[in-house]
Amino acid sequence: MTFINYAAREINCKIVYYGPGLCGKTTNLQYIYDRTNPAAKGKLISLATETDRTLFFDFLPLDLGTVRGFKTRFHLYTVPGQVFYDASRKLILKGVDGVVFVADSQEARMDANVESMRNLEKNLEDHGFDLNTIPYVLQFNKRDLPTALPADEMYRQLNYKGEPTFEATAPLGTGVFDTLKAVAKQVLMELRKK
Amino acid sequence: MAQFVLFDEEFQQIKEVIGRLRADAQAKVVFIVDKNGQQIAAQGDLEALDTTSLASLTAGNVAATDGLAKLIGEKEFPVLFHEGERDNVYISIVGQRVILVVIFDERSSLGLVRLRVRKANQDLERIFVAIQAKVESEKERRTDGVDSPFAEITDDDIDSLFRE
Repeated sequence: MTFINYAAREINCKIVYYGPGLCGKTTNLQYIYDRTNPAAKGKLISLATETDRTLFFDFLPLDLGTVRGFKTRFHLYTVPGQVFYDASRKLILKGVDGVVFVADSQEARMDANVESMRNLEKNLEDHGFDLNTIPYVLQFNKRDLPTALPADEMYRQLNYKGEPTFEATAPLGTGVFDTLKAVAKQVLMELRKK
Repeated sequence: MAQFVLFDEEFQQIKEVIGRLRADAQAKVVFIVDKNGQQIAAQGDLEALDTTSLASLTAGNVAATDGLAKLIGEKEFPVLFHEGERDNVYISIVGQRVILVVIFDERSSLGLVRLRVRKANQDLERIFVAIQAKVESEKERRTDGVDSPFAEITDDDIDSLFRE
């Protein structure tokens, strides 16, 4: 739910990174955090287990700059990817403005990608959203791994509605900002329609 | 996609209510967050506080507790209280839509905070009902041909946000 604050002249939007366990959602946020000017970012909060698996969510507030006199603030969240955290995952989607689906390129993780995408579709529906209409970007992560499937094969299996799709290697930053930019753009374009 | 819009008039009213609550409850900080984790307004000793993170974690906390409530067949837990060694956090839900957070120390007490929050909750609920009505009427006005300031956003506006 975009929050437009006329008093503070701010637009606040919520973007959620979704995807199967260990696909690199947190790594995307970590890279964005590392490469963003300190004045434009808040703290990166990770609610993680002792083994650094996301338990509830990661959170990163980002100031992107000014549009039409309004400061644009994006709140980036990740969900816990592991299957059994579904109740928590669903909570994070509350009030979401845009979704990034991070897919793991390894062949062995294709079933997990497909299952996670179905789960996203269902959890969005439960909040009254529709994956067909919500701002949405697909990212093929871990392109550097030798076991990565060809991108066109992944596209065939995971493309949902012709959404913008990016190949990424999140620890090196490849494709990370392109993905963020694409989803932020769609979210801001949605404001035009209001 | 739903939207929450806050206008200057109501923003000032909210700040006034939570400022009064802070004084009456002898609290350190009072702030309001929407259920999605966006901070709406804050009053008090804010310099040392990361209010953006506080807002997001509060909303996460309330969302998780709401989930717990539903699992055991409750509608919601309207009040959450966290007691620390020095500081305490009192969280309450206003009209099922926003979250009121009061941080206080030994200069106040749970009883006093609870009492003052009850009164402030009613005032805040009235304001948020008014905001909702205003947003609805704005929407109608817009369909009558008056556009929002964002109707004119261009690709260039957005691209400029990402220029290094």
